Amino acid sequence: MQAPESQSLPHRDWIVSVSPHVKSNETVAKIMWTVVACLMPPLFLSVFIFGVQTLIITAVSVISCVAVEYVSQKALKRPVSIMDGSAVLTGVLMAFVIPPGVSIFLPVLGAVMAIYIAKHLFGGLGFNIFNPALMGRAFLLATFPVAMTSAWLAPVDGFAIFSYFASGVDAVSTATPLAVMKEQGMAKFVEMFGSGTSLYTSFFLGWRPGCIGETSGLLLVLGGAFLIYKKYITYHIPVSVLGSIAVFTWIFGGEGWFGGDPILAVVTGGAILGAFFMATDYVTGPSTKTGQVVYGIGIGALTVIIRLKGGYPEGICYAILLMNPLSSVIDGFFKPKRFAGPVGGAK
Amino acid sequence: MDLFFLAISATFVNNILLAQYLGNCPFLGVSKKLETAIGMAAAILFVTSLASLFTWSVFTFVLKPYGLQFLQTLTFILIIASLVQLVEIILKKKSRTLYNALGVYLPLITTNCAVMGVALLIAKKELPFSEMMVFSSFSAIGYGLALILFAGIRERLLISAVPKSMQGTSIALVTAGIMALAFMGFKGMAS
Repeated sequence: MQAPESQSLPHRDWIVSVSPHVKSNETVAKIMWTVVACLMPPLFLSVFIFGVQTLIITAVSVISCVAVEYVSQKALKRPVSIMDGSAVLTGVLMAFVIPPGVSIFLPVLGAVMAIYIAKHLFGGLGFNIFNPALMGRAFLLATFPVAMTSAWLAPVDGFAIFSYFASGVDAVSTATPLAVMKEQGMAKFVEMFGSGTSLYTSFFLGWRPGCIGETSGLLLVLGGAFLIYKKYITYHIPVSVLGSIAVFTWIFGGEGWFGGDPILAVVTGGAILGAFFMATDYVTGPSTKTGQVVYGIGIGALTVIIRLKGGYPEGICYAILLMNPLSSVIDGFFKPKRFAGPVGGAK
Repeated sequence: MDLFFLAISATFVNNILLAQYLGNCPFLGVSKKLETAIGMAAAILFVTSLASLFTWSVFTFVLKPYGLQFLQTLTFILIIASLVQLVEIILKKKSRTLYNALGVYLPLITTNCAVMGVALLIAKKELPFSEMMVFSSFSAIGYGLALILFAGIRERLLISAVPKSMQGTSIALVTAGIMALAFMGFKGMAS
């Protein structure tokens, strides 16, 4: 029952709800560690695609996030909660949305932004308005624009992890599919990455340049499906985000109307990672079902607008950050109807 | 189509508040409640569009033909100040609640750099009439959008356990910075 007097509210050890009270054994820590576990397969696959540096960057990101969490909670005289897994999850997610070829000092700076500024200054877990991991990425993208948009590595055929040690070449830099499409056009894209079903398959499996954890659509979908099966997230946000990205790209993405490639739009970039693991954050997203669908469509629409018209090749990070502050407003619109009016007549 | 892109650019890409950092005073002052924020947004929209119309006319038909551009700052201040007085009188008569809610911030539009900034930008770019109207009204809409969004966040911040040293204006400024970071996503659009 610590109640640090530095807080505006008393420490919340009480729960207010109507009876009957059914307690399940789900805790914040259990959910967080489960999500972290769901993100491990894509991480290990990224080692085979890009090499061991993805593992090093993720480790640095996780360690610095946990360290910043510890220091912030000590400094703000709050109970230290580094074992609940939320800082670890932020660290993994932040590493997943930065390119594999960056310096290992970038995630350290990103961790300060993500954990201290975007989370603890707003009151800690449960009060952050913006997604901390994406805040870290947006901060790094604004601070190191060249590294964050050019440090891509080409996927290695066979086992990258062994050739990394065998050859003297560190890495072959390249450009992401969306950047090629945006800057050099569709013809160059087809020349570099091919087209048709084989393209979709290799992109969905993860053999393409991209951020550390965003490439493997298949493993991310499996992880997300497991979270839905465990009822940690619902299908509303992922389906509405991916669905609206596909539909809007199909309508506006091509030369004329209805000429875009919806499958490609979903399997490239960070769409799947963002839809399943970023947009579904409990704290920064709406909690009503209708609200979640509206929120997801908003994210999808903004993503497509930024991809097609904006200055950046990929927009889902900014799309989620732009929708985050709207989530409580959206929830306000779709508040469940009150069953009976207040005593003394309806207001 | 050019007008459409100009509108998008004025609202999001070059958002007067989050990309050009003009008009921060009412942004922090009236954003504590959603209701006053909406009122302020409406007042800004009204004043900016009207002020731009007047300043543009004076600039195009009086100052420029006679080579008196060096007087623009002085003239614009005078025009905007008298306009704000007009808005205040109308609100006092027509909507007493809004008038009381806006309180000291309505007279503050007199010296609001967002209104002045839009007028000066229009004069600097020498926009023709239709583009001037689109630019001024959508700049004001962009301002109002940011203000209302921000008020939504601040209402939520009231129930958050923000550290004591960061409460009030400090966390509001941090939030404004974060929102500006999020608005960077619109960079390069419609240019």
